[in-house]
Amino acid sequence: MEVINDSLPSSAMAMRLRGVKSQFGAQVIHDDLDLDVRRGEILGIVGGSGTGKSVLLRTIIGLNKAREGRIDVLGEDVAGLSPKERHEIEARWGVLFQDGALFSSLTVAQNIQVPLKEHTEMSEELLDEIAALKISMVGLPPEAGNKYPSELSGGMRKRAGLARALALDPDIVFLDEPTAGLDPIGAAEFDQLILRLHRAMGMTVFMVTHDLDSLHAICDRIAVLAEKRVIVCGSMAEMLQQSHPWIHEYFHGPRARAATATNEDSLVG
Amino acid sequence: MSVIEPSANAGNGEVQAAWLRSDLRDRLLHLVAGGRWNMASAVLLQTDLEALGGPSGGVVELNAAEIVGIDTTGAWLIYRTLKRLRAEGLETRVVNASESVAEMLDQMAANDKPHPAPPEAENAFLAMIRRVGETTEEILFEVIDGIAFLGLVMATLAGSILHPSRLRLTPLVFHMEKVGLNAIPIVGLISFLIGVVLAYQGATQLQKFGAEVFVVDLIGVSVLREIGILLTAIVVAGRSGSAFTAQIGSMKVNEEVDAMRTLGLDPIQVLVIPRVLALVLMLPLLAFFSDIMGLLGGALMAWSVLDVSPGMFIERLNTSIGMWTFWVGIIKAPVFGLLIALVGCYEGLQVANSAESVGSRTTRSVVESIFLVMIVDAVFSIFFAYIGI
Repeated sequence: MEVINDSLPSSAMAMRLRGVKSQFGAQVIHDDLDLDVRRGEILGIVGGSGTGKSVLLRTIIGLNKAREGRIDVLGEDVAGLSPKERHEIEARWGVLFQDGALFSSLTVAQNIQVPLKEHTEMSEELLDEIAALKISMVGLPPEAGNKYPSELSGGMRKRAGLARALALDPDIVFLDEPTAGLDPIGAAEFDQLILRLHRAMGMTVFMVTHDLDSLHAICDRIAVLAEKRVIVCGSMAEMLQQSHPWIHEYFHGPRARAATATNEDSLVG
Repeated sequence: MSVIEPSANAGNGEVQAAWLRSDLRDRLLHLVAGGRWNMASAVLLQTDLEALGGPSGGVVELNAAEIVGIDTTGAWLIYRTLKRLRAEGLETRVVNASESVAEMLDQMAANDKPHPAPPEAENAFLAMIRRVGETTEEILFEVIDGIAFLGLVMATLAGSILHPSRLRLTPLVFHMEKVGLNAIPIVGLISFLIGVVLAYQGATQLQKFGAEVFVVDLIGVSVLREIGILLTAIVVAGRSGSAFTAQIGSMKVNEEVDAMRTLGLDPIQVLVIPRVLALVLMLPLLAFFSDIMGLLGGALMAWSVLDVSPGMFIERLNTSIGMWTFWVGIIKAPVFGLLIALVGCYEGLQVANSAESVGSRTTRSVVESIFLVMIVDAVFSIFFAYIGI
């Protein structure tokens, strides 16, 4: 239940955030934020609009700079890395941006090969095979490899973005609202895809989401962002017992009840 | 017995890198794999894996007991090797695989689908002919569309003149400031410098004939008739025409233009008319300012290099340059303003739903408006020569 637990060894942690402060101009987004992400878990980040969920993700991967505090990823303080070390650690995480953020001038297969070419030395033949493998693993048809992002639907672009994020078999995958903008069937499929890949590859998943169904279906733990920090972090069952008004409203509101009901149905059936 | 091991340090520091031992006995190829089969180290084994082989009809046995970790690339390299050996007529089996290794190899089998080759590139010659045809067709339709757009804007403009209440004064003044007032520094500086350059270059040539005083005629005619207005038009096309396209284009991408239509607002009336009017009104003023600055630069240079005093310069200008020389330049300004604004707004409204298209349309807008300005300038020259001004 507690947000941080210093008794766990740091080797069991994929990420450890302590006292992080991020700020845009005079606006403080996070203040004294602590968070632990364990290796191999799927962590869901929830919070109201404007609480800085995506900012937190961007701060961890270094796209925004934290004003204060310390962020350890895979046991290393990301702020203190040399450019070379940073390049190495970047190969150990993958990021899925909201709309895939695929390079529009490259085909899907070429998009997946970008990190492979940058971080490894593979033969062209192997590059093509690995790209085709990843395309198949994220559930895209083989023909999708030769298509350009503009020729794909939103759901397919997300899958292609996930394939690129997973290209290097990263230890951590960051997902920014992976199911936003998908229809319920597509969203459920995407949840199952993440769960399947997580089982197969064993990576840590850091997922920003608004989707209560996703939280129910795949998250091991949930961290709630409010009041500029992570106020609680725990399993779904623990969330349901929280008395904080926002958390209570979030997990007991009409939509949450519907999501809980369907989840229980599926457990029974 | 041979041991294949990638060079040291390929793995994860404390964890052992991937390695492979192979042992061919009779018809049994015995493979032992171990270490961490991750992307970094497994790729180094690729050539060795490709060199493996055995007698047809033989058996390959992979002992995976010592593999401590595997990722998709490692699993794929093992999978593709076994697949190739099977295709060469060997029987393959994997023994002592841990649950995760077996699961990974199953994943590979499940996801091994043929990847279609990228589409063949078209014959270069045919592609060129096709492009010429496509571009010609495109230009043709663009001209027709452009004329239709001109008609639409004119009709809307006429409507606004008949019903002046429809005219939006605030955006008009806003755009007049943007395209006119804010352009003064750059237009002034460029015109002044061109005046200086013209006077200097003209002076060195005219000095050879002892005809220094004609530098006033040179500067007067070239700046007033052509250079002042052309420079202004080019600068305005670059800074305002492109801005029109980018502004309207990004509104198009944002679906703001569609939203306007659903709210009963006419995008031509709201977006195009204020911009067109602003440029038509401001370009003559900018051209006048540019003329003055060009003459000023020329006069200054004539004074310092040729000792033509400002008084002499003005007197000479007065006697040798007719009023029509000035009007010829200024008359063209509203026409150029109309062209630049029309092209800028037209290209903005042509933007498709992508940020990329905003960029390409903005480029086109600048190129097309400068091109059209030049063409119309040539037409004006012929016309003025014909009527003898």
